[in-house]
Amino acid sequence: MVTDSSSTQPIRETARPVHQERTKISTHEVDVFYGAAQAIRKVSIDLYEKAVTAFIGPSGCGKSTFLRCLNRMNDTIDVARVEGTILLDGQDIYDPKVDPVQLRARVGMVFQKPNPFPKSIYDNIAYGPRIHGLATRKSDFDDIVEWSLRKAAIWDEVKDRLDQPGTGLSGGQQQRLCIARALAVQPEVLLMDEPCSALDPIATAKVEELIAEMKMEYTIVIVTHNMQQAGRVADRTAFFYLGDLIEYETTAKLFMNPREEQTEAYISGRFG
Amino acid sequence: MDLPPVLRSEKGAIETIRKGVRKRNRSQIFLQILGIGAISFAFLMLAILLLSLTSTGYKAFVQTYLTLDVYVDPAEVSEEQLPRGGFDDVIEAALLQYFPEAGEDRATRRALGGLPSNGAQFILRDKVAADPSRIGETIRISVPVSDPYDQLNKGLIDRETPEQRRRVDNREVAWFDALKEEGLIRTKLNWGLITRPDSRFPELAGLKGALIGSFWALLVCFVISFPLGIGAAIYLEEFAPKNRVSDLIEVNINNLAAVPSVVFGLLALAVFLGWFGMPRSAPLVGGMTLSLMTMPTIIIATRAALKAVPPSIREAALGVGASKHQVVFGHVLPLAFPGILTGTIIGLAQALGETAPLLLIGMNAFITSAPATPLDASTALPTQIFIWADSPERGFVSRTSAAILVLLSFLIVMNGLAIFLRNKFERKW
Repeated sequence: MVTDSSSTQPIRETARPVHQERTKISTHEVDVFYGAAQAIRKVSIDLYEKAVTAFIGPSGCGKSTFLRCLNRMNDTIDVARVEGTILLDGQDIYDPKVDPVQLRARVGMVFQKPNPFPKSIYDNIAYGPRIHGLATRKSDFDDIVEWSLRKAAIWDEVKDRLDQPGTGLSGGQQQRLCIARALAVQPEVLLMDEPCSALDPIATAKVEELIAEMKMEYTIVIVTHNMQQAGRVADRTAFFYLGDLIEYETTAKLFMNPREEQTEAYISGRFG
Repeated sequence: MDLPPVLRSEKGAIETIRKGVRKRNRSQIFLQILGIGAISFAFLMLAILLLSLTSTGYKAFVQTYLTLDVYVDPAEVSEEQLPRGGFDDVIEAALLQYFPEAGEDRATRRALGGLPSNGAQFILRDKVAADPSRIGETIRISVPVSDPYDQLNKGLIDRETPEQRRRVDNREVAWFDALKEEGLIRTKLNWGLITRPDSRFPELAGLKGALIGSFWALLVCFVISFPLGIGAAIYLEEFAPKNRVSDLIEVNINNLAAVPSVVFGLLALAVFLGWFGMPRSAPLVGGMTLSLMTMPTIIIATRAALKAVPPSIREAALGVGASKHQVVFGHVLPLAFPGILTGTIIGLAQALGETAPLLLIGMNAFITSAPATPLDASTALPTQIFIWADSPERGFVSRTSAAILVLLSFLIVMNGLAIFLRNKFERKW
């Protein structure tokens, strides 16, 4: 059995900056409860701008739950309760003055299962800009749609059938469509909840390529079950276990030279 | 570790499993037979119902007509007195052309005058009133024959029955046959069944009043229950906090859907008629009463449809920054709409066939004109069936069946529409 040493005393995980990087999201002692059950215990972590951070850990460790705190998606679950502070550019996102709708425009999200709207490809992309009032003219929408689809590296595959339903695309294409949809509202942060778990290896490779490209401009946080994937795409990796943040390091260090015994056990495949 | 003793046998576990499988298959086949049997029984009953209705009802879809050349005698009918005048005498005179001998005594003449429907004089009157210049001319009119002759023509009265037990005596049969010889008796499609309002005389009675009454009542029911039901369902499902109060409301709505309809009728009688003093027998009140029943059905169907929209669509919309309101009205509601529509149509179909609450608010009155507005007294299809089924005249027997067939065909059309709309608008994701 792995002993649980770190949960009693919260530690502040900062992970050495790779370059001179700026903190985008900073959380302090975040607790999440589902009713009486505690899903996340005192997680404090700094996530850096224009970098990819991966959350890994066995199923049920709370990594998705924690991810969904970062854009307040947990608000939609009645029994979920979040405590502690989460700062986005220094501002507390759980402050009553912060509108979750505005927050989610800044912190976009891509889900585990590709979930395009049952509308045309064009409307899937144009929906976000439309509700936020980012454009009014048809030609502006056309530009946004093309830009987003190009960013998500799917433009060439769909440019001739923008009026066809997004649900008719293949799984990998759907997921890139969802990424394009998230990019269309000009987010600063992109949260990805196991974005490749429903995709085949080729589609996965395409999405990973895309992540590597997108990190030039966006702060990306990705939850993954696949440790190879974390190793391939992430600058830093955080290991969660049973609701605790066990270790947070640069990816190379975490995989090569983990500080905690639990981390080593997990990445070497001894449990999880 | 050793195999547990229970699993140790010479033949191994597979033999035991095989025996079990045979038993399992048997029970599956048994269940299948049971299911097929149940469905066959249901279909058999349906077939019997439809067969018995059609076999008695189809005769009401045709009507026996008498063609008469009528001399509009200026002595009986004058332009100044219109629309009054001795039109019955005019028609009697027209018949006497064919049977001069019947004119000798009063009783025979009256009997002969009863051959065409009592409404024949009104048909003639309307014709003359529309064009008074025809007074003094001979007009050819086609009028329904009265019910006993209609039955005779349709073979519902057996000519072999002894005369004293027959509704038409030998003399009347002879008249009828003579007219038939002349080619004056014709069987036509009975449009009167849907174009004429109710009447005391079966050959003239139609469903016009009931159809329009049902239409108004359903319209009122729809206008009230559709927006209210959907609004309530959206609030309860999407916006209301989940707590004891909303649980209580949910339980009560489910109970409301199960309340016997006669109770709603009593409620409507006490509240709408008693307190608010609304008009008796009016389709408006009927529709309001029916909406009490339809609303819970629509709420339940709408909530089920909203629940069936996958959470991934909500998350997707929330994820790009849609507000709760935008998620519900932009994504969830459109996806749930086919289900809502189906539920609504089925709720309305139920309301169309509902009788008991309408009886209590007086929609079973005998009304011989179609309602012009929802405030006029009227009947509805099921209550009209109720009235006709209660009438002693033989002619109403087949009319009742025909009315039931009309009601059933409306229900089939509505349910078919529900299925069509669901298939057409249902979107896959």
